[in-house]
Amino acid sequence: MPSQLKRFAGKIREINQHYAKPRIEMSGAVKVSLMALRVYLLVLVALLIYKFVLLVR
Amino acid sequence: MNPLSRLYYSSHKMWKSVQLYLILAGPGIVVMVADNDAGGITTYAATGAKYGFNLIWFLLILIPVAYYVQEMTVRLGAVTKRGHAEAIFDAFGAFWGWFSLIDLMIVDWLTLVTEFVGMTAALHIFGVPPWLTVVAVCVLMGVIVLNGRYWTWEKITLLFCALNLIYIPGAFMVNPSVHDILRNGLIPNFPGGFNGQLFFYLMANIGTTIAPWMLFFQQSAVVDKGMLEKDIPWGKFDTFLGSILTVVVAVFIVVVTGTVLHGVDIDDASQAARALMKTNHWVGAFMAIGLFDAGLLGAICISLASSWAFGEIFGWAHSLNTKIKEAPWFYASYFFTLITAGLVVLIPGAPLVLITLFVQVVAVTLLPAALVFLILLLNDKATMGEYCNTPSQNFIAGSIVVVIVVLSTLYGVSTLFPTLFQ
Repeated sequence: MPSQLKRFAGKIREINQHYAKPRIEMSGAVKVSLMALRVYLLVLVALLIYKFVLLVR
Repeated sequence: MNPLSRLYYSSHKMWKSVQLYLILAGPGIVVMVADNDAGGITTYAATGAKYGFNLIWFLLILIPVAYYVQEMTVRLGAVTKRGHAEAIFDAFGAFWGWFSLIDLMIVDWLTLVTEFVGMTAALHIFGVPPWLTVVAVCVLMGVIVLNGRYWTWEKITLLFCALNLIYIPGAFMVNPSVHDILRNGLIPNFPGGFNGQLFFYLMANIGTTIAPWMLFFQQSAVVDKGMLEKDIPWGKFDTFLGSILTVVVAVFIVVVTGTVLHGVDIDDASQAARALMKTNHWVGAFMAIGLFDAGLLGAICISLASSWAFGEIFGWAHSLNTKIKEAPWFYASYFFTLITAGLVVLIPGAPLVLITLFVQVVAVTLLPAALVFLILLLNDKATMGEYCNTPSQNFIAGSIVVVIVVLSTLYGVSTLFPTLFQ
């Protein structure tokens, strides 16, 4: 089992190394789109946390 | 050339085209019809019961919406020979890749649970116990994928897609008023004025039309089928035909519930089937059979979307053209998601309503990202070459994506805060 977990962790590292650098050209449109996505996801996470707090109260 | 020869030549050419299409048909029709999954059937049944025929026009608008989004996956799959997950990892790096893959896994699993909820509820109407439905579905889906050929899987799935048309005879059996359908259904209108509740229904219908798993599924299916650049026109035609079919089925469901259950509050499609049975046994039975079929089609596609995505990233063999010995991890992940989702439905007191609502919330974290990545990838000239989006395609697809993102986000948020639009 530990050896399987080690192998799995190794595979994840290998994938991270393989895809370390984005291949797509980072033009202005791509940068703006990715930034907008980050902001969108942060807002959603904030809403989820707010909902969770409301439920807990 | 005399007229007879010309007629022979043109009919021969047309027959050849039909034969070619029959070979290439599949991913587009399957993904679109499977889009009418258990959740979708509930949405359409509730829409018809609430607003009668008045929102049919809105459903018709969803034909180009679904087509323009999904045809991009055909081009991307045929040109890059990569699934959507791999394309995201490759183009945007590991961070966005893992985000998409893990989010897809969660959304797919939760959606799969809702498909089992729909299937068990549908067969329960005929007295089949839930455990038997879960076991039978897992066995059936195992048999479908384990034959080791994509072609066989696809043709069996297309048969289930044909069964989805069962709502059409059902609609004719309730004798709807064609005059009312044409007068109320085809002219854009907002019954009762544009209020929060109507907005919620519009958002729900949009939300069921484009789901994140559809992008991943169709692109991977195009790759697994081995479609090439030259097959793109047929792939697009297949997608267009599928988008018409999915909306036709939706319209006929609305016609059934709009005729018989207008004014009745419908919470789920199995409730609609039971209510219909009181008026016309066969129409209710058709609704229940259709619900089971919709859940099954959804389950077939969703579980494959996850397995394909995992296979692409982890480098496992991940084709339906492989035997279980050649692609053990691909089939293991397929059965793992399938069986665990089925088991959840059998747990007494499992929070199934919460899961059904949570699907919408999690989906809105993945859908915008997947759609934005899709458009950016389709503008990557280095990879797409002549199949890159044209300015007009960018305008249409971009507008559709913005509308979908806004409406599906509002839908997800309204699930979190139900009083927001009331």
